[in-house]
Amino acid sequence: MVEKLEKLLAVKDISKSYVGVQALDRVSLSINRGEIHCLVGENGSGKSTLIKIISGVVKPDEGEIIINGKRFQSLHAIDSISEGIQVIYQDLSLFPNLSIAENISLNQMIERKKRFISWKEIKNIAEREFSNISKELDLDEKVENISIANKQLVAICRALTQDAQLIIMDEPTTAITKREIDCLFSVILDLKKRGISTLFVSHKLSEVLQISNKVTVIRDGKLVGVYNTEGLDHNTLSFYMSGKKIVDSVLDYREKEGQKEPLLEVKNLSKKGNFQDINFKVCSGEIVGITGILGSGRTEIALSLFGLNRPDSGEIYIDGKLAKIKSPQDAIELGLSYLPEDRLNQGLFIKQSIGNNIVVTILQRLLNRFKLFDNSKKYEAAKEWIEELNVITPSLETAAQALSGGNQQRVVIAKWLATDPKVFILNGPTVGIDVASKSNIHNIIKGLANKGMGVIIISDEIPEIIWNCNRIIVIREGRIVKKLNTNEVTEDKLLDILARKSN
Amino acid sequence: MLGKYSKYSKTLTLFIIMISVFMVISIFLPGKFLTIRNFQSMSSQIPEFGLLSIAVMLAMLTGGIDLSIVATANLSGIVAALILTKFTFSQIGGYEELFTIILAITSALIISLICGFLNGILVAYVGVPAILATLGTMGLFSGIAIIITKGYGIVGFSEKFLLIGSGTIFLIPVPMIIFILCALAAVIILNKTTFGFSVYMLGSNPIAARFSGISNESILIKTYMMSGLFAGLASIIMISRVNSIRPGYGSVYLLQAILVCVLGGVDPSGGAGSIFGLIMGIITLQVLQSGFNILSFSPFSKKVIWGLILILVMIINFYSAKLSQKSIKRLKTN
Ligand SMILES: Nc1ncnc2c1ncn2[C@@H]1O[C@H](COP(=O)(O)OP(=O)(O)OP(=O)(O)O)[C@@H](O)[C@H]1O
Ligand SMILES: [Mg+2]
Repeated sequence: MVEKLEKLLAVKDISKSYVGVQALDRVSLSINRGEIHCLVGENGSGKSTLIKIISGVVKPDEGEIIINGKRFQSLHAIDSISEGIQVIYQDLSLFPNLSIAENISLNQMIERKKRFISWKEIKNIAEREFSNISKELDLDEKVENISIANKQLVAICRALTQDAQLIIMDEPTTAITKREIDCLFSVILDLKKRGISTLFVSHKLSEVLQISNKVTVIRDGKLVGVYNTEGLDHNTLSFYMSGKKIVDSVLDYREKEGQKEPLLEVKNLSKKGNFQDINFKVCSGEIVGITGILGSGRTEIALSLFGLNRPDSGEIYIDGKLAKIKSPQDAIELGLSYLPEDRLNQGLFIKQSIGNNIVVTILQRLLNRFKLFDNSKKYEAAKEWIEELNVITPSLETAAQALSGGNQQRVVIAKWLATDPKVFILNGPTVGIDVASKSNIHNIIKGLANKGMGVIIISDEIPEIIWNCNRIIVIREGRIVKKLNTNEVTEDKLLDILARKSN
Repeated sequence: MLGKYSKYSKTLTLFIIMISVFMVISIFLPGKFLTIRNFQSMSSQIPEFGLLSIAVMLAMLTGGIDLSIVATANLSGIVAALILTKFTFSQIGGYEELFTIILAITSALIISLICGFLNGILVAYVGVPAILATLGTMGLFSGIAIIITKGYGIVGFSEKFLLIGSGTIFLIPVPMIIFILCALAAVIILNKTTFGFSVYMLGSNPIAARFSGISNESILIKTYMMSGLFAGLASIIMISRVNSIRPGYGSVYLLQAILVCVLGGVDPSGGAGSIFGLIMGIITLQVLQSGFNILSFSPFSKKVIWGLILILVMIINFYSAKLSQKSIKRLKTN
């Protein structure tokens, strides 16, 4: 093998602007062989844009790209791939109807211009790659039937069949559980041993500190600096990212005097195969955290409250009155809101404007006396929430797909806050949101609770639950295994309970 | 700015295409195209075809399609024709004719609403893909039409009824006035009502629409009913203009209506498209059609040209879809 340069990739002084936004302003980044490099920055700071430039999908306005010592005037996606750069996109670009083995081997088969496909070879390639990352899966299983975490592994294996030198992952850990994250990290460390580098974007700073060797921080499209992970801690890193000190505050909940009924009460709610005997209350001003691993039934319970998953038995009371919730319309009518976990599919209309995305839940309020839309009301309602939640966008007419991930999430939150709910159920409220905005959103949620809203936060981020909720419900295999007051628990203890170490 | 920019550029492209077709035809056919008579004849054809195009557009906005529009128009036209020719109300005296006409129109519209309702139920509750559901009902409705008429045409309606299709008010043909009113109504419904707003949202992402408290089923049923209603309105203009109806009449319109929608910038995958764009598409097609008529192209060569245009539009759309897909891929990385 030819002696390889230590430096795998260097981009220098990259600038890129979109209409009305300077997404990147003279940013440089370099990655060595076998390095695990993290790219961090606030929402909209240009991380995804930089990745798209490195992978040749987006052309920079200025700047140079050097890969394996070769300088590219204009980098095309195909060049980037043949230089061994593989991006694992958030949608993973797998073929759901094909088996794991086929998904892994397909590219390689095509590349070799094979006319006849040997099933044995397909299996062999897949098996080899999986044993290389020391993981096992049933290779004949269809990809649509496996978990997101396993899909990621499949995508990584596929990248490896194409001689990947650098694997780029944009927020790979947002949709997977703690245990799966650990597994992903062990794979990344394995790759490092084989001299394969990883570029990794995440908003979870603890992960960044845990896995990376180097961290590049960008803010508002400008480079803040490149740091060795060793000398960093959580607070410094979040300071570099946002330029300000972030102070998290705990929810200040005091039981209100003379409160008669809880806002929401769930009694013996059961649905076969989903959850059993669920009982809990949410009072005005409370933030109740529901946590449990993915697949524990936490999302199903929320969907049942929102009329999207009819329970077999049990009752739901709102303001002390028995509620019949058969559809989201009923739920909204009764004062419930639900922020779904899957932003791109369930929360957002990506082709529609930001304005339309926000007002979709409050159409009735925008009508004039002829029952027709009043455009100025629509504009004002949308504008108010854009400002309230600090959504960074050139205009209300911008399509939601042009926003950065974190700003998209704010738009979805805005759409639900606009309904002025009595009880707001948030499933993964800050997935993909940067540290500063996260605490900003948490403060907004706490503010709403202080004004009397009842809030349920579903999350597997333990700090998010501990910092924001006054009560915690732990779900396992569809049952409530523990109800706690936040002041009687620590992060470690809660982690133990989740991991079943104690009860 | 992505959304805004592409929306404007699309409308602008359409406008340029429309104007260039118009200019090319007027330059190459001096003294023949730009005549009042020719404009009158064009404006007598636009309405029925335009109403059918709106019907297809409505279904397309939800991400579906309505292939049964012409069959719906046929069936409701036949019911109206039967009432017009077979029913007499001698007891009512002088108002008899007017009463029959009103009865015929109302029945035709009710039939068209029922046809749309059936489509809506199939798409919304049975969950059949719209293209299959409406292909099925297309067969069903035209079959019923043939059974009712035994395949024969129905000819000869009363003078007053014919005014709908061939009368003019201040030189403007009555069908044109009906069309303009209907198009305006469609604009208001689509842009100014909660229903219209929900149609667009449902078309761009049905799952998010459900999560946002939009009742997808009721929106779909209403949309297909409206689609049917527009087909019914077209059928009344149609039978009154040609003073007859026979099963299968107007079947060329189906392909042309779909062509106009696609040409007019309606996204076949749903969620985008405007009446304004559609009308530019309609005018473009109509101008071409009238040019071909003046040049007295044989029906055969006209078919060839329509085919070519359809293929051309599809090729253009294929490439622009590929482009926009690319930009969506880019954006998906978050
Ligand atoms: N196609 C586009 N058209 C217009 N503006 C865009 C486009 N893509 C990105 N932008 C803008 O460029 C900026 C950088 O976006 P980018 O997606 O790179 O942010 P990010 O750092 O990945 O943020 P997040 O953490 O929220 O995912 C944002 O202001 C975004 O709105
Ligand atoms: Mg991003």
